[in-house]
Amino acid sequence: MRDLLTLESLSGQDIGDLLDLAQNMAEILDRPIKKVPTLRGKSIVNLFFEPSTRTRNSFELAAKYLSADVINVQKSGSSVEKGETLWDTARNLSQMAVDAVIIRHQVSGVPQQLAEILDIPVINAGDGSHEHPTQGLLDALTLRQAKGHVAGLKVAIVGDVLHSRVARSDIWALLALGARVSIVGPPSLLPSTYEELGVEVTTDLKEALADADAIQVLRLQKERQSTGEIPSLWEYRLRWGITRKTLQYAKPDAVVLHPGPQNRGVEIDSDVLDSSRSYILQQVRNGVAVRMAVLFRLLGGGHDE
Amino acid sequence: MTNKAETCWQIQNVRVIDPFRGIDSVEDVFVVNGQIAERATATDCRVINARGLWLVPRLTDMHVHFRDPGLEYKEDLFSGSQAAAAGGFTVVCTMPNTRPVVDIPSLIHWQITRANEIGLVHILPIGAISKGQQGSELADLYQMAEAGAVGFSDDGHPLVDSRIMRAALSYSKTLGRPIIQHAEDPLLAAGGVMHEGSISHQLGLAGAPDEAESVMVWRDVELAGLTGGILHVAHISSPGSLEALDYAKRRGLRVSAEVAPHHLFLTDEAVREWNYNPVTKVNPPLRPDTTRQLLIQAVIKGLITVIASDHAPHHEDEKNQSYKEAPFGISGLETFIGTIFRVFLDAGLLSPLHLFRLITVGPQDVLGLDYPGLIPGASADLTLIDPQVTWTVDGQQFYSRGKNTPLQGTKLKGRPVATMLDGRFTMRDQEVLV
Ligand SMILES: [Zn+2]
Repeated sequence: MRDLLTLESLSGQDIGDLLDLAQNMAEILDRPIKKVPTLRGKSIVNLFFEPSTRTRNSFELAAKYLSADVINVQKSGSSVEKGETLWDTARNLSQMAVDAVIIRHQVSGVPQQLAEILDIPVINAGDGSHEHPTQGLLDALTLRQAKGHVAGLKVAIVGDVLHSRVARSDIWALLALGARVSIVGPPSLLPSTYEELGVEVTTDLKEALADADAIQVLRLQKERQSTGEIPSLWEYRLRWGITRKTLQYAKPDAVVLHPGPQNRGVEIDSDVLDSSRSYILQQVRNGVAVRMAVLFRLLGGGHDE
Repeated sequence: MTNKAETCWQIQNVRVIDPFRGIDSVEDVFVVNGQIAERATATDCRVINARGLWLVPRLTDMHVHFRDPGLEYKEDLFSGSQAAAAGGFTVVCTMPNTRPVVDIPSLIHWQITRANEIGLVHILPIGAISKGQQGSELADLYQMAEAGAVGFSDDGHPLVDSRIMRAALSYSKTLGRPIIQHAEDPLLAAGGVMHEGSISHQLGLAGAPDEAESVMVWRDVELAGLTGGILHVAHISSPGSLEALDYAKRRGLRVSAEVAPHHLFLTDEAVREWNYNPVTKVNPPLRPDTTRQLLIQAVIKGLITVIASDHAPHHEDEKNQSYKEAPFGISGLETFIGTIFRVFLDAGLLSPLHLFRLITVGPQDVLGLDYPGLIPGASADLTLIDPQVTWTVDGQQFYSRGKNTPLQGTKLKGRPVATMLDGRFTMRDQEVLV
């Protein structure tokens, strides 16, 4: 593993190893003093072309807990706005002896394109509607902690799967780890071809949640209404919203995940979010652990060629 | 500057494949003063031993983008002419989506004059259907036809307004020149950067479905029926479009279609294989293999009668962007012959005579032109092809300014080795002779 661009390209073994490593990192987070010297002297660039405070902070803290130096580059005010291409920016940064680039971009494939021209590790922090591999890992880790294992679980992913990079990474991780996955949402937001991947595809929430051990609720982009893909947020909520009532379709001990940020009262209700079923805060904590694991794996030795 | 010896050529023992006359036989071809001649009239000829080579008259690529005027940094009439000669073509039809748009007779006239000055290829311009390709008012079709426009297209800007399309098709009938439609419902295709299907879903790239093309082809076929007009579907690429084409044939309408070599050779898998490199980004997009096979079958059955490159050169900096931002297009002239050889000849799907019909008689019929083939007195526009040579595509070697090819590194078999325009060699051994 040289870069972390997708989970699609990783085996169940690779993913399992990363989760084990992340579990160790999670224990560091429980210590009173969290800083370990593992990546001392390494410098990392956080290149965020799409705003995401949470993911950026999570990566930044992960790097800092491992004693790496981090700089943040954002689109506004960057040289990209002055006509320099993204590729130029990245090349220039790598000339400054940076050891890794973490990139978030609104266009699918940009991290892959970048990885082709850079000699240093590139970590995909979310590209367009393609993948968000560290999110997929943290979701898998959270499930493993909640249920003790991932293999054999049935996980329902609810919402705008078509445009969701989280759903894509979740699907690859969960399938690789032996889970069953069903996806459900409005027909206009559901990639029917996913059946080819071995995923159950349905527009019926009840069917998707039947026997589910876990529910990953996706954030609904409100502009889906203005682009004509759904009639209204209200109708969406009635058919695909996770409420105390619809939660009953799943197993009694089913857990609820959400990659955040949540639209309370649209795709998920507050009483579900704030219930004991919800593992959302644990996801956030695991996000740091997973990112520490990824940085350690790519920068801290232990390279397996 | 021509001396006597150069005005007469004897091309010896060449396999003549002349779709205009339906001939495929080994013989000698004589060229005297720019024209095909009888053996008897030729004396003091320069002799070319062409054993093992194929000779084909007047290869026509009826869909190229030369970007001139206005976007010469991508391609101009000179570099485009060089690319055409290198690719083996003696006739090309240039699309009007330049800056300004070619929508007035003087621009048609200018392109033809400039092509004659360059002297590497006959350019038969295609004029815009609507003023400025805005889709709201018909351009001066008659005057452009008088100036030499061989057809009309708003290529790149599908003609959405059905009333304007109806009017354009009505006019086409009176002018005997086709309306060439880039069929695409812009709203259905909105945002799409590749074919919508399992690959786009996995890559997370916005897709345009097959039907974005075929719904418009069906509409246009109905309008061709309503008007009796001459409709030509550019770069056809979807199963539903083929159904519409077949329906039009059965109704006896004047509807034809072309297909591009890249749609016959590549699939949307290439987008994944190229790892989001926009070199595979083309409109219409590369389709799945099932569609590719249907397109090949449609060519074999004679439903599609033309292959055209849709040569769309772009500057490196423009293609060097994210998949979403990069422009659509493949630089296709210089890989054309090798690609269609791979698709049809290597697989034994077509005879050479049938294959060459698609880039000789096919486009000439659509455009209502009347080249007679290799008979005495005909212009000596011809191409010598080495069907055996294998070569590896390298865009950096292209004469075209557009080096953008998803065939980079691909091994092809068969390549033009000489191109002759009006009796003068414009290319020999891959060197364009200005
Ligand atoms: Zn077009």
